[in-house]
Amino acid sequence: MANHAVAVAAPVRPKVGREDWTMRGLILVIAAYLVVAIVLPLYAILSKSFENADGQFIGLANYAEYFATPALAYSIENSLTVTLISTVITVTLAFVYAYSLTRSCMPFKGLFKGLALIPILMPSLLPAIALVYMFGNQGFINELLFGESIYGPIGIVMGECFYVFPHALMILLIALSTSDARLYEAAQSLGAGRIRTFFTVTLPGVRYGLVSAFFVTFTLVITDFGVPKVIGGQYNVLATDVYKEVVGRQDFEMGAVVGMVLLIPAVLAFFADRIVTRKQVALLSARAVPYEPRPSGPFDTAMLGYCAVIGFILVFVLGVAAYASFVTFWPYNLELSLNNYQFDLMDGGGWASYGNSVEMAAWTAVVGTAVIFGGAYLVEKSKGFRAGRAAMQFLCMIPMAVPGLVLGLAYVFFFNAPGNPLGGLYHTMAILVICTVTHFYTVSHLTAVTALKQMDPEFEAVSASLKVPFYKTFWRVTVPVCTPAILDISMYLFVNAMTTVSAVVFLYSPDTALASVAVLNMDDAGDIAPAAAMGMMIVYTSAAVRVLHAVLTRGIARRSQAWRRR
Amino acid sequence: MPFQAIVRAAGSLAAAAVVIAAMGSGAAQAKSELLVYTAIEADELSMFKREFEKDYPDVEIKWVRDSTGIITSKLLAEKDNPKADIVWGLAATSLMLLADYNYFQPYAPKGVEMLDAKFRDPADPPTWVGQRAWIASVCYNTVEAAKHNLPLPTTWADLTKPVYKGHVVMPNPNSSGTGFLDVSSWLQLHGEAGGWKFMDALHQNIAWYTHSGSKPCKQAAAGEIPIGVSFAYRGAKLKNQGAPVEVIAPSEGVGWDVEAFAIVRNAKNLDGARKLADWSVSRKANEIYNMEYAVVAMPGVAKAVKNFPPGIEGKMIRNDFAWAAKNRLRILDEWRNRYDAKSEPKK
Repeated sequence: MANHAVAVAAPVRPKVGREDWTMRGLILVIAAYLVVAIVLPLYAILSKSFENADGQFIGLANYAEYFATPALAYSIENSLTVTLISTVITVTLAFVYAYSLTRSCMPFKGLFKGLALIPILMPSLLPAIALVYMFGNQGFINELLFGESIYGPIGIVMGECFYVFPHALMILLIALSTSDARLYEAAQSLGAGRIRTFFTVTLPGVRYGLVSAFFVTFTLVITDFGVPKVIGGQYNVLATDVYKEVVGRQDFEMGAVVGMVLLIPAVLAFFADRIVTRKQVALLSARAVPYEPRPSGPFDTAMLGYCAVIGFILVFVLGVAAYASFVTFWPYNLELSLNNYQFDLMDGGGWASYGNSVEMAAWTAVVGTAVIFGGAYLVEKSKGFRAGRAAMQFLCMIPMAVPGLVLGLAYVFFFNAPGNPLGGLYHTMAILVICTVTHFYTVSHLTAVTALKQMDPEFEAVSASLKVPFYKTFWRVTVPVCTPAILDISMYLFVNAMTTVSAVVFLYSPDTALASVAVLNMDDAGDIAPAAAMGMMIVYTSAAVRVLHAVLTRGIARRSQAWRRR
Repeated sequence: MPFQAIVRAAGSLAAAAVVIAAMGSGAAQAKSELLVYTAIEADELSMFKREFEKDYPDVEIKWVRDSTGIITSKLLAEKDNPKADIVWGLAATSLMLLADYNYFQPYAPKGVEMLDAKFRDPADPPTWVGQRAWIASVCYNTVEAAKHNLPLPTTWADLTKPVYKGHVVMPNPNSSGTGFLDVSSWLQLHGEAGGWKFMDALHQNIAWYTHSGSKPCKQAAAGEIPIGVSFAYRGAKLKNQGAPVEVIAPSEGVGWDVEAFAIVRNAKNLDGARKLADWSVSRKANEIYNMEYAVVAMPGVAKAVKNFPPGIEGKMIRNDFAWAAKNRLRILDEWRNRYDAKSEPKK
C-alpha cells in the first residue's frame, strides 16, 4: 500500500530505466558527431582568421588588412547588391507562379510543378554555362542584352534567379496552400473585389511565408559560388573571393577572414527566418477551412500563360545546356557528337570523377539518412533529459546557417591540423561524405522531425507498457510509418551530394575528384563544352534518382501507408 | 585437447600471416609505388608513366594531378606533413616558394650537368631541376579579329592600342602561374615603374581576367574573345586541332617559367624518386618533352614543334626566378589593388 502511494506520487520525476539510459547514450553519440563535424571545424576556421601564416595569434590584424584592401572589401557591397536584386526578382516570380498553382483552376498544374524542379537537378555552374551559350559574345541570342555584357552582375542575377527559383517556390506553395477559406467568404460577402481581397486577405495571410522565402533565397544566393564563378567576370563577390584567396593565392588566413565575413549575413538571415517560421505555425487555427479556387476563364488563362512562359524558360535553359554538351566545337563546328563526353582527355579527373560522385552521393544518402533520422527519432521520442535534447536540437540547426564554402574550408583547417587524431580522414571519401551529410543536415532533420511529430506518442507508450524494447518499436513501427519521409530525405541528400560544389571544392583529393568539381575545373581551364557535358551527367543522374524515388514512394505508399486510409 | 587445438590453429594462422606478409613485401619490392604530385596536363600523363615504367619496371607512378595553383596550395596545406615523394612538372617559382618551407631535399640526378644552366637551381647539388620551358604567347582568333577589324598584334605595346579595347583577356596572376609569369616578365622588361605603366594601359583593354592560364587561349579559339594572353603550348595545340588562331610571341620578349621537379624532404620512396629524377634529365625524357614543347632543358635536343611561334626561344627574357619568387606576394598584392578592385565589368 505504502509502496503503491510512492509510485503514484513519483510521476513528477519518472524513474529513468535502462532504455532511457541507452537512448541518452545514443543522443550523446550523435551530439558528439555533430560537435566533431561542425562545432570544432567552425572553431578552427574562426581561430585561423586571427592567426598569421606561422600560426601565431595576431588579433584582428587580418580583419584590418581585409577592410584596408579595397579589392576585397568592395565585394561586400557587390555581394549584397546582386543578392538583393536576385532575391526580390526570384521571390516575386515564384510568388506569382505559386499563386497560379494554388489559387487558379488552370490545367497542367502537375506538369508545371514538375518543371519548376528542374534547377534542383543541376549544379549551379550549369545554368551559368547555359547563359554563356545564350548571351556570351558568341551567344545565339546575345542581341537581347543590347550590347551589355553577360559577364558581371547581369549574368549573376539571371543565373541566381534560375538556380534558387524552386527553393523560393516550395516555401510559397506551402504558405499559399494553407489559407483559410472563411476569410475569403467574408471578404466576398463584404463586397471586396479580387484585387482588394488579394491585398487585405491573401498577402497578410502569407506574409510569414514571403519573409521566409526572402531569407532562404537571400542566404542561398549570397553563399552560392557556382554562378558568379562561371559568369561573374570582373564582378567580385564574397563567395568567389574565398576561393580566390585559398586556391589562387594560397592565403588560407585571408580565406578564413572572408569566410567569416560571408558567415555573418548567412547567420543573420538564418535567425530572422527561424523567428518568422515559429510565428507562422501559430497562425493556423484548427478550425480553418482549406481554400478551394473557383474556375474563372480570363484569370486562369492569364495564369496558365504566365506559368507557360516561366516553364518554357526553365526547360529552355536545360535544353541549351544539353545542346551545348553535344556541339562539337561552338561556334565554328555545330555538328553534334559525343566528343565532349570524353572526360578522360581533359582536366577535372575524367570519368572516374563521375563514378566518385555517384559513390559519394550513395554513401551520403545511406549514412546520412540513418544518422539524421535516427537522431531525430531519439530527440523526439526519448523522455526526460531536457538539457541534452535541447542541446542536440540546437546542434542540428547550426549547419543550415553555415555556407558550404565556409564549412569546407573549416574542414581543411580542422582535419588537416597536425596532431588531429582524425587526420587520417583527410583526402578520403569519408570526409566528403561527412562534410556533405553535415552540410545538408538541418533540412533533412526538420523533415524527419515533422514526420515523427505526426506519429501518435501512444505507439511508444503502448510498446513500453508491453515491455517491447524501443529499437523494436523503432524498426517495426516508426520506420515503416515514416517511410515516405525517409525516402524524401535520402533523395534530398543524394541529389544535393551530386550537385554540391561549394562544400567539397577544398576537400577532394585527386583520388576522390567529383563530377561537380570537374565541371568547375573544366570551365576554369576553358573547356566549357565538356563542363556542360559533365554537368548534364549530373542532371541525368539526379533525374533518374528522382524518378526512382517517385516509383518507390508510390509502391511503398501502397503497402506501408494503407493505415492512413480508411 | 581443445586448448592445444587452439594453440595449433593460432600457430598455423601466424605462419600464414608471415607468408602473406612476405608475399606482400615481395610484391612491394617488385614494384614500389611512387607518389608524384604534378601540374602537367592530363592528356600527357599516361605517356610519361608508360615510358618511365618501361625503363624502371620496379617503380610504379601514382599521379596526383591538378592545376598549378591548386597543386601548390595542396602542397602548402600539407607542409607540416608532406605526403608526396616527389613534385614533378610544377612551375619552378612554385617550387621555390615551397622550398622556403624546407620542403625538399637536394639531389643531383645522373647527367644533370648536361642541362642548360638556366634550367636548374644554381646550388650544388640542386634542389630543383627543370624539364622544359613554358612560354607566354598571345592567341589571336583570325575570324573574330576580321569581324572587329583588329590588326594582328606583334608586340605587347600593340595590345595597349585603343583599337583592342574590350577584346583582350589575360589570366589573373593571383590564381594563374601563366598570369604571374606575364606580369613578372613585364616588370623585368620595363623595370617596375615602366611595367606597371604598361599594365595600366593594358588594363584599359582587358575585357576580363580569367582564373587559369589556358582559358584565355581556349576562349580565343572559341571566338568568345578575339585575343587571349596565354602560353605557346596551349595555342599551338588548339591550332593543331583546327581552331582559327594564330599564336604570337610578342617581339619585346616573352615571359617563361620552367616545369621542374624536386624531391620531397621526407620522401617515403626515396629510391623511386631518385630514379624518376635520373630518368627526367635523360635524353629520352627530353625528346618526349619536345613532342609538345619547343624549348627543353637539354641543349641540342629540341626540334621545331608544329605551330609554335617561330624563333620563340630567342625571345625568352633573361628571367630572374629568385627575384620573381622573392617578390611574388608583393607583386600580387600590388596587382590586386590596381586591377582587381573594379566593380563593374567593361562594356
